[in-house]
Amino acid sequence: MVYIIEDKCDYCGICVSVCPPNVIELKENNIKILEGCTDCKLCVYVCPYKAVKENERRI
Amino acid sequence: MKEEYDVIIVGGGPGGTTAAYYAASGGAKVLLLEKKRDIGFPVRCAEGVGEAGLKEFLNPDPKWAVNKINTYRLIAPDGNIVTVKNKEAGYILNRRVFDYMLAERASEMGAEILTRMYVNGIIINDRTVSGVRCEYLGKKFSIRSNIVIGADGVESRVGRWCGIKTNIKLRDIETCVQATISSKKIESDKIDFYFGKKIAPGGYVWVFPKGKNLANVGVGIAGIYTKNPERKSPLDYLNEFLNKHYPDASILTRLAGGVPCAEGLKRIVADGLMLVGDAAHQANPVTGGGIVNAMKAGRIAGKVAAEAVLKQDFSEKMLREYPKQWNNTVGEINKKFYRMKKVIFGFSDKSLNAIAKSFNETSPENLTIKDIFVGALKKHPPLVIDALKVFK
Ligand SMILES: Cc1cc2nc3c(=O)[nH]c(=O)nc-3n(C[C@H](O)[C@H](O)[C@H](O)COP(=O)(O)OP(=O)(O)OC[C@H]3O[C@@H](n4cnc5c(N)ncnc54)[C@H](O)[C@@H]3O)c2cc1C
Repeated sequence: MVYIIEDKCDYCGICVSVCPPNVIELKENNIKILEGCTDCKLCVYVCPYKAVKENERRI
Repeated sequence: MKEEYDVIIVGGGPGGTTAAYYAASGGAKVLLLEKKRDIGFPVRCAEGVGEAGLKEFLNPDPKWAVNKINTYRLIAPDGNIVTVKNKEAGYILNRRVFDYMLAERASEMGAEILTRMYVNGIIINDRTVSGVRCEYLGKKFSIRSNIVIGADGVESRVGRWCGIKTNIKLRDIETCVQATISSKKIESDKIDFYFGKKIAPGGYVWVFPKGKNLANVGVGIAGIYTKNPERKSPLDYLNEFLNKHYPDASILTRLAGGVPCAEGLKRIVADGLMLVGDAAHQANPVTGGGIVNAMKAGRIAGKVAAEAVLKQDFSEKMLREYPKQWNNTVGEINKKFYRMKKVIFGFSDKSLNAIAKSFNETSPENLTIKDIFVGALKKHPPLVIDALKVFK
């Protein structure tokens, strides 16, 4: 699953714009990934500041 | 605030405030909700607009139109410069002031506007949109309306709450970082665009001067170039560019953002619903310019909404007048730009260098933007026809 490093986030909304299941909630200065993330990683790719990260897979 | 309105508009950008202005002037009871503290701030934009489009709405006022420029320079990967002295000027706005002024105009026309109102859902009754759910300082409540206009920008969720897939495809999103810089090296009478796979793959770097020693400098790269985990981010590209071209720069603002550079959504209305601006993917797919397009869409949507209120008919069939008028005007132009975009941003650095060279050898004087598109696309005759049509 992905997570957001808020210290890097600019709250620009580009991750929200590409999210297929529409599960990112962005208020003025507050961002959350809600239930229903499909782990498609589009948000990881497009983030201009690389503020969205993938959790390392545990073996 | 009342419990019920004719029209609720989600989002206070140029699309939303223009829709509010025209809906209110047509007699509708309008409420506009904006999640941010301020209308127009923070700005996520390079703030450039064309003269003709702007003047359809307003006469440029130095309070918010801070620079007027006729000289455009297109810079090839090898550094060759093609200079265009365009008849139509480009204006650089101060959007913080501009967006605020648009909101004031809408308010003077009778629209109510509230900031810090986050819309978190849509009320749907009998498959018809009939209001919004929102949050204000932690308090949740609902407001009813006959029409909801989603003008909630690139991050739009309104359409998706109503079953319209508006999420932007990776190939259609430009991911951007911009710095407003202070530097002695800025030439305040020229707008610059830099192209090349190493400079901005699938996009470009822009330098939009806001005045003496001040400019918006940014980079946009296409989403498809972001998949590699070792990739450079737009921020890396921008830093490289600034180090090379403006090493003395102070950075007064830094921002990130996304622009839909898409063909345009097929469906932008439903029963009781209209989508406007970036929410409907209406920015120009080549340039990413979306301010005036959002205003043009807002104007049509606002008028159609007022008309629907007079007739008390909020059905999709009634509201389809909006996409009809949009498709016949900017919508059609954007489709042509989208076809051109695929070729233009596919050029290799070698081709770009060759194109620039040929312009400089054959016709260095009196080049227009139209000449540039026609010349660059000459190996693709159908696109040349598109270019001739969009730059009539
Ligand atoms: C880096 C960058 C540079 C650009 N440069 C240019 C340029 O030079 N020229 C140009 O013409 N265009 C440019 N654009 C594009 C331009 O900014 C947009 O096309 C334009 O702002 C679209 O207007 P809009 O009204 O549709 O949306 P926006 O201006 O994005 O307004 C949407 C509003 O909705 C609000 N909102 C969103 N969700 C909610 C919610 N749930 N509840 C309440 N409110 C909500 C947002 O806070 C926002 O204020 C640029 C974009 C970027 C990112």
